[in-house]
Amino acid sequence: MGKTWNNRAWFMVLPVLIIVALNAIVPLMTVVNYSVQDTFGDNVFFFEGARWFREVMSSERFLSSLGRQFTFTAIILAIEIPLGVAVALAMPRRGFWASVCLVLMALPLLIPWNVVGAMWNIFALPDIGLLGYTINHMGIDYNFTNQPISAWVTVVLMDVWHWTSLVVLLAYAGLQSIDDAYYQAAHIDGASRWSVFRYIQLPKMKHVLTIAFLLRFMDSFMIFTEPFVLTGGGPGNTTTFLSIDLVKAALGEFNLGSAAAMSIIYFLMTLLVCWLFYTYTMKGEQK
Amino acid sequence: MDLGWMAWTWQTATFFIVIAVFLVGMSLWEWARPGGSPRHGILGLDTTRGDRLFISLLGSAFIHLAWLAADPGALWIATVISVGYALAVFRWV
Repeated sequence: MGKTWNNRAWFMVLPVLIIVALNAIVPLMTVVNYSVQDTFGDNVFFFEGARWFREVMSSERFLSSLGRQFTFTAIILAIEIPLGVAVALAMPRRGFWASVCLVLMALPLLIPWNVVGAMWNIFALPDIGLLGYTINHMGIDYNFTNQPISAWVTVVLMDVWHWTSLVVLLAYAGLQSIDDAYYQAAHIDGASRWSVFRYIQLPKMKHVLTIAFLLRFMDSFMIFTEPFVLTGGGPGNTTTFLSIDLVKAALGEFNLGSAAAMSIIYFLMTLLVCWLFYTYTMKGEQK
Repeated sequence: MDLGWMAWTWQTATFFIVIAVFLVGMSLWEWARPGGSPRHGILGLDTTRGDRLFISLLGSAFIHLAWLAADPGALWIATVISVGYALAVFRWV
């Protein structure tokens, strides 16, 4: 039987299209316009062609920020996705404690980013912060304000604390949707705990984990507020990720052309990684 | 409506007009031959015409960026390579 086509549905999408045009497409077009020009303010622009892209692509500063960004994203994904799945597996499936766990898991997600940064700043201070003081008291030299490794550990811990819950909630939703019949069949077949996870739970969580991965990738790839409040991009430039560098260039130094070129490259990379991941995860699935 | 704040140049306007022409052209193509002509290409992906346009545009952007990073010569050569790449995508991917 052939599909019924009703093109009138497209008119229903028009309001969304208009909103997206105003809040995303028009600003993006403006960024493209800025990326080929230079300005000294007062809305006066000078055409520069591909100069900013050429400069950014060969800039040591950009490549370092990009390297730090990818490293950070890879570390937090490698921690948050398995940890989130492990916590979701350990949570009770029903009853009073299931609700308690869900509320507890939702709590970090409710805290605004700047508050998380400020909280962790105080928490990790080596002289008065509970975490910083405890670590130093244990004989480990830790000071995130002047040691790059301590700063990285703190930023990663903060992100894991803030966002693992999202992966937990998504993985938990995926687990809840698995029919009991699968577990009963596995039990009858004498499947091991690992086999149940590998052949029932993991495949059934594939879609929610894809969403979790994409959300965490995109969010961590454009992380700004938390490390900015916690370390300000320091010590030195060691925690200056792409977005912090971009804001420094655009608002701190008012290099609009260079910052616009960086934004576009940043956008293209995000688009590419998301497309690759989505395409290869959904490969063979019914679209 | 004053669009001066968007800092338009004729070069960027041309760029967006070309993208818009692509989208309108793809819509007309779809209207003339509905279904998106899905196929299984050499990358092992199931693609429609829209997917192939997306892959062509995204790939072209990266070809230009790589060209600017390596800087081996005039930028129009990267555009010619991108057109060749897009044709290859529409033929085989």
